[in-house]
Amino acid sequence: MRDFVSHRAQVIPPSGIRKFFDLVLTMQDVISLGVGEPDFSTPWNICESSIYSIEQGVTSYTSNKGLQSLREALSRYLGEHYHLTYNCDNEIIITSGVSEGLDITIRAIVNPGDEVIIAQPSYVSYAPCVTLAGGVPVPVECREIDTFKLNPDALQEKITPRTKALIINFPNNPTGAVMRKEDLGAIADIVTDHDLLLISDEVYAELTYEGKHVATATVKDLWERTITLNGFSKAYAMTGWRVGYVCAPEKLCEAALKIHQYVMLCAPVMGQVAALEALRSAEDEKNRMVNEYRLRRNMFVSGLNRIGLSCHVPEGAFYAFPSVAETGLSEIDFSERLLKEQRVAVVPGSAFGVGGADHLRCAYAVSRKQLTESLGRMETFISGL
Amino acid sequence: MDDKDLDLLRIVEENGRLSAEELAVMTTLSARDVEARLHALEEARVIRKYTAVINWEKTGSGEVSAIIELKVSPERDFGYDRIAERLSRFNQVKSLRLITGTYDLQLMVTGKTMQEVSRFVSEHVAPTDRIRETATHIIMKSYKENGNILFDQQEAERLPYSF
Repeated sequence: MRDFVSHRAQVIPPSGIRKFFDLVLTMQDVISLGVGEPDFSTPWNICESSIYSIEQGVTSYTSNKGLQSLREALSRYLGEHYHLTYNCDNEIIITSGVSEGLDITIRAIVNPGDEVIIAQPSYVSYAPCVTLAGGVPVPVECREIDTFKLNPDALQEKITPRTKALIINFPNNPTGAVMRKEDLGAIADIVTDHDLLLISDEVYAELTYEGKHVATATVKDLWERTITLNGFSKAYAMTGWRVGYVCAPEKLCEAALKIHQYVMLCAPVMGQVAALEALRSAEDEKNRMVNEYRLRRNMFVSGLNRIGLSCHVPEGAFYAFPSVAETGLSEIDFSERLLKEQRVAVVPGSAFGVGGADHLRCAYAVSRKQLTESLGRMETFISGL
Repeated sequence: MDDKDLDLLRIVEENGRLSAEELAVMTTLSARDVEARLHALEEARVIRKYTAVINWEKTGSGEVSAIIELKVSPERDFGYDRIAERLSRFNQVKSLRLITGTYDLQLMVTGKTMQEVSRFVSEHVAPTDRIRETATHIIMKSYKENGNILFDQQEAERLPYSF
């Protein structure tokens, strides 16, 4: 029989943590710092409004772009919170999570052979999405000495005549790094000079602990060449609802919408109704969760540094990215032994691409009690090395 | 009162048993600074007390609580204050609030038995001058107290790893 699997599906790598996943399922009493989602349940008013709409029979397709009311609310929200101006009629698409938004965006802009630069360490989907679209992912390393921000010189070095776009994600998963206005300004100049498109995944925007998040598209003249990706998962503890959005100038939005209508048709209406309620009346709930993450971050990062895992203070998201260089173990050995010997699950930094070696991603979206317990177990592990 | 004070208040409201050291790492203050701030907040009577939320049902104590609503004729010059302060002195009264609506004051009263609660209401509350009407609601079951859910909830399952 022929091998039916496509070359593209063959070349994309399997999950970098498959063996950890299999291992953890055989174990008891594991504290997992390996989870990229909030530990809170979705605020009840959000759930309740979705339940009510189901009871009212709101169960059909929506417009491809998403509910008009949600796009209107979103357009207002983005303007008020981030000074972003996107027209709800032709510059916003509601997607099934940021994951789908990323996929349709990349497919809308990449031609075979186009190079797409990806600031890494990064969320694991960017490179495979580029590959699946026939493009060539080109990683650029965000280094620890730059507090994991994207260095303009490093970016410059990666640009070739085939470079089409740059993907960035700040606040960053896995490092927690944040780019301030001046940091983005330097990147903006390069992007504009080389006539590149910027894809900015800002799903952790609300989880910025010092100062306010600066939306990439508001910096200099970036708006016309930026696609903003965001969603409800992280800020409102709504991961399972699968609601994200793509914001872009009309022409780009139209191209992405064509793909969206063929592959997804529309995001689930229950999730869209929930997202609308989130925008209307979950501001306090969101702030309460963000505040709790900030306190946990302070506690956890200070704990990591105390037990000998040096860690810069992440300014956003809910990840700490400590270095294991001092322990003499690689990040993979450290993660595996920590799981087996002390039952704490973390993700080796190398799963997030270049720049992740010698580091661990620890999600502090778990209770304070579990954080304290996990720090104790990690300390026991390190002192036994 | 600054942001750090507000952080401390939010944390101790949720868990009053954390040590100064634990509070210090969370708020990025020194332990000494935490103690000084808490002391100042206690002195200013912003922090009234450190307490526990207890589900007495689980202890089998059989204690009875009731919400009692009162219609009160306010006094010239004093309004509701004097009568509310007088009722507040009873240890049996756990909370007392002035409210809008049909009734004026709302009390939460606790006693060992139903008889004890009813005797307290009929002997000490209802006959008080200026109280025109009472409505007593015995609490049958408590589901949430001070923002804390008292019934057992199913833990949502999360994947052990996700990116």
